[in-house]
Amino acid sequence: MVAWRNERAARDARLEAGRAFADGKVVAAGSVTDLLEAVLRPGDRVCLEGDNQKQADCLARGLAACDPARIHDLHMVQSGIVLPEHLDVFETGVARRLDYSYSGPQGARIARMLYGGQIALGAVHTYLELFARYFVDLTPHVALIAGVSADRDGNLYTGPNTEDTPTVVEATHFKNGLVIAQVNEIVERVPRVDIPGDRIDFVVEADRPFYVEPLFTRDPAAMTETQILIAMMAIKGIYAEYGVRRLNHGIGFGTAAIELLLPTYGERLGLKGQIATHWALNPHPTLIPAIESGWVTQVHCFGSEVGMDRYIRERPDVFFTGSDGSLRSNRAFCQTAGLYACDMFIGATLQIDLMGHSSTVTQSRVAGFGGAPNMGSDPHGRRHPSETWMKAGREAQIVGDPALMRGRKLVVQLVETFGEGLVPTFVERLDAMELARKTGLELAPVMIYADDVTHIVTEEGIANLLLCRDADEREQAIRGIAGYTEIGRGRDRAKVEALRARGVIRRPEDLGISPLDADRSLLAARSIKDLVHWSGGLYEPPAKFRNW
Amino acid sequence: MESLTFRHTTQKALPGTKREAIIGVVASGNLEVLLERVLAPDACEIAIETAINGYGDVWEAVVADFVARAQPGGLRISVNDGGARPDTVSLRLLQGVRLMED
Repeated sequence: MVAWRNERAARDARLEAGRAFADGKVVAAGSVTDLLEAVLRPGDRVCLEGDNQKQADCLARGLAACDPARIHDLHMVQSGIVLPEHLDVFETGVARRLDYSYSGPQGARIARMLYGGQIALGAVHTYLELFARYFVDLTPHVALIAGVSADRDGNLYTGPNTEDTPTVVEATHFKNGLVIAQVNEIVERVPRVDIPGDRIDFVVEADRPFYVEPLFTRDPAAMTETQILIAMMAIKGIYAEYGVRRLNHGIGFGTAAIELLLPTYGERLGLKGQIATHWALNPHPTLIPAIESGWVTQVHCFGSEVGMDRYIRERPDVFFTGSDGSLRSNRAFCQTAGLYACDMFIGATLQIDLMGHSSTVTQSRVAGFGGAPNMGSDPHGRRHPSETWMKAGREAQIVGDPALMRGRKLVVQLVETFGEGLVPTFVERLDAMELARKTGLELAPVMIYADDVTHIVTEEGIANLLLCRDADEREQAIRGIAGYTEIGRGRDRAKVEALRARGVIRRPEDLGISPLDADRSLLAARSIKDLVHWSGGLYEPPAKFRNW
Repeated sequence: MESLTFRHTTQKALPGTKREAIIGVVASGNLEVLLERVLAPDACEIAIETAINGYGDVWEAVVADFVARAQPGGLRISVNDGGARPDTVSLRLLQGVRLMED
């Protein structure tokens, strides 16, 4: 007799063991470690919900406190490595293998632990890719998730930061896995049901509200003239040029500057309604002036942002909101939207090489990718045209039947030639390759491959890589906008001028922009306080951004 | 600290009559530029005091491009640098020249 229900039987045994620490589905915060030691088995695949923003921190502390003699060699499959506890489990031996996407705040420590061999790394994924693997070969045995509130039956309200939760629960619960949720409070009736209770096995009332990382707030007070100049060039040379209406922005200061220039510089250029109307984007506070000025038709969000909840509630024509009025975000759907329904991705990076490969990995920091490799890629499965997409396609295609031409997604890197501490952005060789060699990774952690990048914008100009016809042209186009970095100073001046004559390189003056015009007075908001005013007092910035 | 001085000959004098101008602040990643119209109409001297050593060749390239672009004949320019990036240096120099042209 073949047994077909082994996984179900194992799940029932785990549930039974866990019930000793629960009252119905409800578990006290002080019993988390006991619960986890009861339901986990060595070698389990575990998703400890660490999203871009929302963190299952109470469960993370409980897991880090597990006895490694009982619980060891776990395989962590989670999108974000954000809290210290996410790495503590690898120091104690509770966990051994890791597959993840993003590690911003822990980037330096994860690099040290990789070099030290404490973490056996599977791969650094893009979000959608990791989510996909949850359904194929990285299905969690146990998921530890976070929500705002739940009732005693486990019906879960995630709040505005729904993020990864539906995806994690879907993969775990429907494949014989166990789902444990931490919530800020247990209530009689949840404001809306984001996850039905029959998919939640245990609910922990956390000792304190879950931690949320304010990742998307850029203080306009810190924006420089160089960032404003780059933003002006991008608006005139790319947004207007290609008529980009559907887009995704990265989280850097450069794209935040663009958001703040739309109602001022963009308005002056007569671009309102012509560009930047439909977005896959977190609710960036710096988008408030553009929304209030009527630029933005709609925004779908990966997650929320600290302080934006009241504002979003009052703008349901723009944002996706639930029956309770609050934001409904969803990382998997928004990543899909960014991949297939947006005509442009524009964001920053830390290193770009001579062909245009880019990476955020440096020798001392492994920041991971998040969504950039996904949204910053040209989807070969796309089958709907748009003017933007077709124009880029025409620029790229020089051979073949025009009737069989397909479009191209615009993938734009927006960088200053030097980063913090005068570190050059342009390099001969990516640090990612050295990391791969030292840690034995088969695949170097490249964020965006050269063949997906269409434009690079720096303070020196725009390089249109779609128009480059061979590797030498590409190299000189990149050198030609690399400023005073070694790469930039190593340019062939004659070749660069020839590329400029063809419009492959465009300088600020070629676009009718004087660097002297790049002034902070162009910013629609020059401080966080200005953003609060724009929002009519609805935006409530977190304490660290309140300096008045 | 490092001190650098570059002397260039320009093709023309900078227009305008303003004798002196100052722009920028000495702060981390920023710089202060003092411009004085005290030299021969085809001469330009740029004296740099920088907090960061070892970027002499970058300064030389930034200054050469600035002189070729702005033709700041007659100016002695003193730079007090707090580790500004080359693009910020270029921008401040151009902003200073614009003030002198008024």
